[in-house]
Amino acid sequence: MYWKETTRQMIDIGIGSLVIVGLVSVFIGAVTAIQFAYQLGSSSIPKYYIGYIVRDIMIIELAPTFTCLALAGKVGSNIAAELGGMRQKEQIDALEVMGVDTTAYLVLPKIIAALTVIPMLVVLSAFMGMAGGYTACTVGNLVSEAEFMQGLRAFFDPYNIWMMEIKAFVFAFLLTSISCYQGFFVTGGSIELGRASTSAVVISNILILLADYVLALILT
Amino acid sequence: MIRIEDIKKQFGDQEVLKGISTVFEHGKTNLIIGKSGAGKTVMLKILVGLIQPTTGTVWYGDTNFTALNTKQRKAIRTEMGMLFQGSALFDSMTVEENVRFPLDMFTKLTKKEKQIKVDKTLDRVELTGSNNKYPSEVSGGMQKRVGIARAIILDPKYLFCDEPNSGLDPTTSMKIDELIRNITEENQITTVINTHDMNSVMEIGDNINLLHLGELAWVGNRHDVMTSENELLQDFIFASPFLQRLRDAANLNKNA
Repeated sequence: MYWKETTRQMIDIGIGSLVIVGLVSVFIGAVTAIQFAYQLGSSSIPKYYIGYIVRDIMIIELAPTFTCLALAGKVGSNIAAELGGMRQKEQIDALEVMGVDTTAYLVLPKIIAALTVIPMLVVLSAFMGMAGGYTACTVGNLVSEAEFMQGLRAFFDPYNIWMMEIKAFVFAFLLTSISCYQGFFVTGGSIELGRASTSAVVISNILILLADYVLALILT
Repeated sequence: MIRIEDIKKQFGDQEVLKGISTVFEHGKTNLIIGKSGAGKTVMLKILVGLIQPTTGTVWYGDTNFTALNTKQRKAIRTEMGMLFQGSALFDSMTVEENVRFPLDMFTKLTKKEKQIKVDKTLDRVELTGSNNKYPSEVSGGMQKRVGIARAIILDPKYLFCDEPNSGLDPTTSMKIDELIRNITEENQITTVINTHDMNSVMEIGDNINLLHLGELAWVGNRHDVMTSENELLQDFIFASPFLQRLRDAANLNKNA
């Protein structure tokens, strides 16, 4: 097991994705809060439901799905380009001639790193989304701070956290393995490398959404 | 010594190698030469196991390399070193890290022992002081020498070079040839070089195998090249008018 390589990948995937995950999460949390407040209008549904909905929708759906869709673009394309570039420059051949197990050295650390770090990023995303919702609500006077916090605490079901993390693991595996496959088996020149990188993102996104649907059926 | 028996390789309908048998001799620089598309690179990749032949066998000493699985090949692979055409250096690693990579992967040497070995090897390829540079910061010739250093750091028994002079000026090219020849002789290893550089053929070709359209057209050494009447060899070696004039002048002097 190549721990040094795995650690490097964890830092790349984890630390390197903090900004994008944070930004995406804050904004989707804010938009969710604003849109739901708009939907509520002057209905008789209590205003604290905004906090409750933001919390659950972030945890159950938006944090794992949007985070992994964003990471498919950032991390997935990077992985495909890295491995594809190595393939084209014969670096993977060099490793094989040396006797290095290229799958164990190049692919496995990425998958293990993703399975370790992405669920953590999803948890961070959920918190950032709630923070975004809170900011949007309080700054925009959509709901009072007390009501929002009341909503955050209302009807909490710990099972939703399990759902979030199961989704995170499945999506993390999909985006990393697809990207590794696309890059590892690339042939040709720079056009093919570009295609491989794009395919990694597109296929990952499609399969993440498909898996999201399947998991929603199974887990709910 | 490496022996190949009736190697054939087909990609779809295209037969690239058509039954080649030859020996790559121990302690010598063995060359595979031929026109583009003759099958040289495919042959080299079959020798190192990157491509599996359609039929035929590759023997490393008494071991049938082609019959081994990936795990079994590992033992022989640690006795191999290879210099790729583009050097295949790891871009994100420094020169020192590139050269040290096989030691990190396959030895249990201490950090100090690895450092000594790396410094000694870099010195051997005349790259002392380049330890902390990245591949993008050194010249093409220096990259080749880093590639050679990485290939020989584990004291291999077999050294493979895929067009080692590709992209180099004549002077640097000669230095690379000299380095490969010296390493071969000093360490008594089996070196196989895939090339179409005529200077390499004439300077370091101890055992030359000419491939033509997937077949072995001629075998000999650099001394035999001048006197051989093999037409394919003559057409290939003396393709340029300049070399033809040199050959004619040499023959004239000989007859005079």
